[in-house]
Amino acid sequence: MSLAKRIIPCLDVDNGRVVKGVQFVDIRDAGDPVEVARRYDKEGADEITFLDITASSDNRETIVHVVEQVAEQVFIPLTVGGGIRTVDDVRRMLNAGADKVAINTAAVFNPEFVKEASERVGSQCIVVAIDAKKVSAEGEADRWEIFTHGGRKPTGLDAIEWARKMADYGAGEILLTSMDRDGTKVGFDLALTRAISEAVPIPVIASGGVGTLDHLADGVTKGKADAVLAASIFHFGEFTVQQAKEHMASRNIEVRL
Amino acid sequence: MPEIAVVDYGMGNLRSVAKALEHVAEGQHVIVTSDAKAIENADRVVFPGQGAARDCMKELSERQLSNVVLKAAREKPFLGICMGMQVLLSHSEENQGIDCLGMYPGEVRFFGNELKDDQGEKLKIPHMGWNGVQHKKNHPLWQNIAEGSRFYFVHSYYIDPEDQAIVEATTDYGFEFVSAIGRDNVFAVQFHPEKSAQDGLQLLKNFSKWNGQ
Repeated sequence: MSLAKRIIPCLDVDNGRVVKGVQFVDIRDAGDPVEVARRYDKEGADEITFLDITASSDNRETIVHVVEQVAEQVFIPLTVGGGIRTVDDVRRMLNAGADKVAINTAAVFNPEFVKEASERVGSQCIVVAIDAKKVSAEGEADRWEIFTHGGRKPTGLDAIEWARKMADYGAGEILLTSMDRDGTKVGFDLALTRAISEAVPIPVIASGGVGTLDHLADGVTKGKADAVLAASIFHFGEFTVQQAKEHMASRNIEVRL
Repeated sequence: MPEIAVVDYGMGNLRSVAKALEHVAEGQHVIVTSDAKAIENADRVVFPGQGAARDCMKELSERQLSNVVLKAAREKPFLGICMGMQVLLSHSEENQGIDCLGMYPGEVRFFGNELKDDQGEKLKIPHMGWNGVQHKKNHPLWQNIAEGSRFYFVHSYYIDPEDQAIVEATTDYGFEFVSAIGRDNVFAVQFHPEKSAQDGLQLLKNFSKWNGQ
């Protein structure tokens, strides 16, 4: 037996409620993050990631309460991302019960922040989220760049170099999202995933584009990801986490069943 | 009411450990404390921790908790978790070398950057995620936990104790490393039972009932 590949359901949380229309028949309050997290935990999720998409900074405290409540009932690792800009933000989330925080835009604007945060709380708590888009033309060698603002703003940073730099700066893990694939349901950008995973010594979570269970398995076998993250295929009740794991196991991927 | 003290020395997510214990330790009071008296008075002690060895040892010494922790580890049911296990050994390679509490002779070593699995695939560091735990002996803390059950790990260093008789479990990550040790009233694990779903909760429940024998 060796280390299992992880399946991580991701919940988008806005003002303390899960958005993207979760549709579980036997959950009364489908928008309650605690209920949804419990459900995923029961299905065998290896970790759960919360992405706070609350626009107003006035309402940022709500995610802290969500994490506190979930951490009282769900005993698997919890990651929180969205709006993490200072070491105080990091500490607040960890104190609320998060095990890791995902730093995204703040890392791009201030890479030293990743260094500072990992020195203060340990690399194991720091996930650097990378949003990448393919910028090479047809026929050219593959090249991906880091984008911010939901994939709208290019930064000029090469994704592979950036991932290496973040690992050097103390990131414990990379959450890699293909902005070309996000929401498309056509599968991960496997070439991107593999390029990043082979470039860094730390684990890589593949994200963006999952539409089928084979996509999840491909992320591991072809993309060389250490973990796979998906939102909508679990949210809409198309598949359970358990089904995803059984499928991965049927493709000879080691999972926690 | 019997009391379980979770030693607070500023290293890591103690809330998770306390919440998980509260969840399973019926009729017991769980406190998170850095107070020497409270630790001395508790019936059971949990010694968690994450982060770097240097910071752990510094915090323990600044809070004058090293001897308090060692005394508890000699006297009552004691559970070390992650860094709380590693610092029980004599020395760690981390941070260019750090002397630790020295309860068990042995070294804490870095996994290294050239670790490979049996297919020749490069292994990532930290060792992060769910891996199997193979029991080496029967122990009350393994009660109702199947041999080979997966627990959640996150670490880049592993313990290499001199006395193989204290090894309670091993785990495979490129090679077989020691993932749990025990002697008398002490049990210590590299993984995080507070984050290991049902099996983790079971281990904490077993600890909450353990008399240290």
